[in-house]
Amino acid sequence: MSRITRQKGVLELLSIAIVLGIWELVAVFIVGKTFTLPSFHEVATSFYDLRKDIPGDVAISLKRFAIGLLWAAVVGIPIGAAMGWFKSMERMFDPIIQVIRPIPPIAWIPFALVWFHLTDYGAGFVVFIGALFPILINTYAGFKSVPRRLVETAQVLGRTKSYGLIRFVAFPYAAPSIFTGIRISMGVGWMCIIAAEMIGFKSGLGFRLWQRFWFLHQMDNLMAYMILIGVVALVMDYVFRYLTERRLLRWYKEV
Amino acid sequence: MGALQNINLDIEEGEFICLIGPSGCGKTTLLRIIAGLELPSAGTITFGHKSIAGPDPNRTMVFQEFNLFPWRNVAQNVEFGLETKSIPKGERHRIAQEYIDLVGLTGFERAYPYELSGGMKQRVGLARALVTSPKVLLMDEPFGSLDAQIRNLMQDELLKIWHRVRTTIIFVTHSADEAVYVADRVAILTTRPGEIKDIAAVDIGRPRSRFDPHFVGLRCNILEGLDMPC
Repeated sequence: MSRITRQKGVLELLSIAIVLGIWELVAVFIVGKTFTLPSFHEVATSFYDLRKDIPGDVAISLKRFAIGLLWAAVVGIPIGAAMGWFKSMERMFDPIIQVIRPIPPIAWIPFALVWFHLTDYGAGFVVFIGALFPILINTYAGFKSVPRRLVETAQVLGRTKSYGLIRFVAFPYAAPSIFTGIRISMGVGWMCIIAAEMIGFKSGLGFRLWQRFWFLHQMDNLMAYMILIGVVALVMDYVFRYLTERRLLRWYKEV
Repeated sequence: MGALQNINLDIEEGEFICLIGPSGCGKTTLLRIIAGLELPSAGTITFGHKSIAGPDPNRTMVFQEFNLFPWRNVAQNVEFGLETKSIPKGERHRIAQEYIDLVGLTGFERAYPYELSGGMKQRVGLARALVTSPKVLLMDEPFGSLDAQIRNLMQDELLKIWHRVRTTIIFVTHSADEAVYVADRVAILTTRPGEIKDIAAVDIGRPRSRFDPHFVGLRCNILEGLDMPC
């Protein structure tokens, strides 16, 4: 490899540039029709045209997403922890989870509309359904895998009650697993909010995307929203990983 | 059939006693019963005048696999046993530091277990077990996973620490050499069912030399008791 390609980020940027170049050439010279394939420069212009709408749309979708994710964590972590720690809880909750989990979250959209109407909580509910199970199952797996020897060590050192053992041994041990669950949930939840907004809720990124297609046939704007949705997810994932892996889970890399 | 049978053992306060035997003789089970992690199916076990019903920080344990809490650094691991008691934070730090210094880990307070060698991990394990000022320290093959050189070094360190803290030590090992080097008395256990076959007093003054003929003789006696070649 030459000196330039060894530089950090050079190959990465090069690959993106090549894809954008091919896209532009194909769209302009081969397809030549914005409705079938908008070109790169048209999409870039769309971003400029949409610059006033974008912050508000992102904010609405993020708010609904946050509501759903938060509730999924509030419900999923305690249930998952209880299932992993107490055998009776595992037996009680497992059948219900097995029945509800395979239902695609999008199938809940009609009930979300009926129960919560066109509120942010309605859209958040769809996210909640999608985000709940990854958090719950990963928390459960984390708690279930707490080594007996660490629990016994804590007992010998004076932590003999269940509450103390859960808080000071099981929870920190399971933390990486819980964070993995939350990270997966963020991906699923983001898909859920876009789908919910496309189908039922009259605002947000998903709604805008669908509107550009169904009512306006503005495929260049639509593509801009697609890219925006991807970039928001990418940034969220990066920020989450930065906060958890670099700070909270420093100890975990070498275990 | 139980793992142990006809176990009759009185351990004096401040004594250093070794339990030695082949694997599967139940020596670890006996230690776990003393720790309160398991209950005997028959017989009684008392600590002072009370029978043992469960774990108690008066009887702490050092494990062969160290069992450090990987999410806690050295200081936080050592402090674990103090957190259940209502000791103010500053006082907790002070006590923990005292034991970190005692085991020779000054300067490593902020290191995480994955950054430590086996010998250093066990020093943390030792400090963590001593921090509650236990009456009895239970050690389950504590140096079994260390290589020979570090192992001998740790035996000397342990004896030095024991002279300072003067707690009772019940030490499980399968090395006759280690038993004769560290203990006041050595209880020899046999296998299936685990029974105490003999108790040997090690009447050699410390520091002991492994080349002392008396030392070699005692080690041979113990190995013979275990049906092993000397």
